[in-house]
Amino acid sequence: MINLAGRDILNGWGKFVFTGLGLGLLIGVTLSMAGIYRGLVDDGRVLLSNGGADLWVVQRDTLGPYAEPSNVRDDAYRALLGVKGVVEAGNVTYLTMQIEHQGSDVRVMLVGFQPGHPGEPGYLVAGRPITRSHYEAIADIKSGFRLGERIRIRRHEYTVVGLTRRMVSSGGDPMVFVPLRDAQEVQFLKDNDALVNERARIAANPAFNRPAVPGLLDAVQASQANSRTVNVVMLRLAPHADEAIVAGEIRRWKHLEAYTRADMDEILVAKLIATSAKQIFMFLVILAVVSAAIVAFIIYTMTLNKVREIAVLKLIGARNRTISAMILQQALGLGAIGFIVGKTAATLWAPIFPKYVLLLPGDAVLGALLVLVICALASIVAIRAALRVDPATAIGG
Amino acid sequence: MAAAIEISGLTKRYGVGDAAVDALKGVDMIVQPGEVVGLIGPSGSGKSTLLKCLGAVIEPTSGRMALAGEAIYDNGWRVSDLRALRRDRIGFVFQAPHLIPFLDVTDNVALLPMLAGMSNARARDRAREMLVALDVGHRAQARVPQLSGGEQQRVAIARALVNQPPIILADEPTAPLDSERALAVVRILNEMATRFSTAIIVVTHDEKIIPTFQRIYHIRDGRTYEEAGQGRAA
Repeated sequence: MINLAGRDILNGWGKFVFTGLGLGLLIGVTLSMAGIYRGLVDDGRVLLSNGGADLWVVQRDTLGPYAEPSNVRDDAYRALLGVKGVVEAGNVTYLTMQIEHQGSDVRVMLVGFQPGHPGEPGYLVAGRPITRSHYEAIADIKSGFRLGERIRIRRHEYTVVGLTRRMVSSGGDPMVFVPLRDAQEVQFLKDNDALVNERARIAANPAFNRPAVPGLLDAVQASQANSRTVNVVMLRLAPHADEAIVAGEIRRWKHLEAYTRADMDEILVAKLIATSAKQIFMFLVILAVVSAAIVAFIIYTMTLNKVREIAVLKLIGARNRTISAMILQQALGLGAIGFIVGKTAATLWAPIFPKYVLLLPGDAVLGALLVLVICALASIVAIRAALRVDPATAIGG
Repeated sequence: MAAAIEISGLTKRYGVGDAAVDALKGVDMIVQPGEVVGLIGPSGSGKSTLLKCLGAVIEPTSGRMALAGEAIYDNGWRVSDLRALRRDRIGFVFQAPHLIPFLDVTDNVALLPMLAGMSNARARDRAREMLVALDVGHRAQARVPQLSGGEQQRVAIARALVNQPPIILADEPTAPLDSERALAVVRILNEMATRFSTAIIVVTHDEKIIPTFQRIYHIRDGRTYEEAGQGRAA
């Protein structure tokens, strides 16, 4: 038997391909939305993986440091190193800020870390690690900073000595790593005016400004200019240590909150990005419905344009299943062209997106199956219309 | 030998109650194999309804209808039976050729034997033979829009004949053609009727071709009146 659908497509391939192209761009948008969702989740997960930590110790009763603000004394790590099972501890600060770069602002997450401790960038793609105590930085390549470039962060200029990749915040902002002391100063130190005001207020306070106690005022004022706070202490555990038990010990004895990797994954994926994920999911549903409606409309229109041919086919004895197969095959063909165009388009334009778009092969397979199912379902309307065509209309009268 | 078409007391009523319209009011007709019969009547006389009944696309309200010796609509004919009947025993030629535009000439003709279950290769061989018989063999690979009106009508006739059905129903087949081409089509129908013993009913308003029929049925107000024609067997 002749493949009627194939012949019809070949006969008007230009129209068919252009229709498939239009549908494909819509499918491309749908696949990109799925990729954006995957990228969002992946950004959250690489954030956890990159620090090389097994436990995150944060301020009590907070979901810090990513989902909520958290302040921990920067000497807490000493006590944490004494907990059984803990082998390494690293103080880390996080601050999302704008940095001027070549006349425009770049939004970055500034990370303060201690070289050689948990929280440092996992690997470099260019340059070297930070070796000086101050004013050196390692930047994610997505920030646009180049090796050797000098960038201004608050009062000081930093030299970019290393570049890393896929080091982003849960919001997709590229990370810039600087020494912990520098980051603490950026995050917690007051500006000059605030310091002058604070000194004046302290000097006016008779409790601190006591001439009978020399050095008291200077000591109090000096304490205001120092920062002893970090956002999180990242811990690396011994190979056989149980994360949950160590976290329980820290909660019980150190009056701090401790999260395992699973806890952080839950906080990042299920809490922090849950609303964005739902938003994207709603877009996906709407796009799928719109795609289905468009396919149904296209197939229905194509079928209505063939009413006379369908009537003739029925009159000369074509079975309903022959006519149904023709319409179904055309719908599936349109879906296949649409998917190929959509997948290609999504792959091509994914790198242009400001945020990471992760196109997983599994999602592509699922997408292809969904497209074919949607096309098959959408063709039902056209098939019903075709089967209602009266063969008598071919005779006229 | 059984008549190719034998109908008696055929009626067809559309609608019910006060809105009912009797399109056919007791039609009698016998057409023998190899006979070419004209069916003539004014608009609204019931020609198309009779053709649709004969073509097994609408069921008559009452009366008897036998095609190639077999009574149809008796004993629970199903839609699939009627479809097979149309495919295997009835050929259709329309006012417009109604060829499938996305198939080439050969496949337009080969489609019928393929629908009947014949292999693609055999169906195409048979189609090409039929196209040669109708003098359009040289256009076998052409696409439908590349054919002239006369060529398209010949291909349509080839399609109607390719399964060698005992009956062909032609609905104003010469309407879009000039006199010369119209007479050529009628000549072909007559030749095919003789060659394949096919009974052909031609519905027409075309005065030019009326003298070519062996017999003529006039239809008026849903009733038929027979008249001897001047065609080859008359």
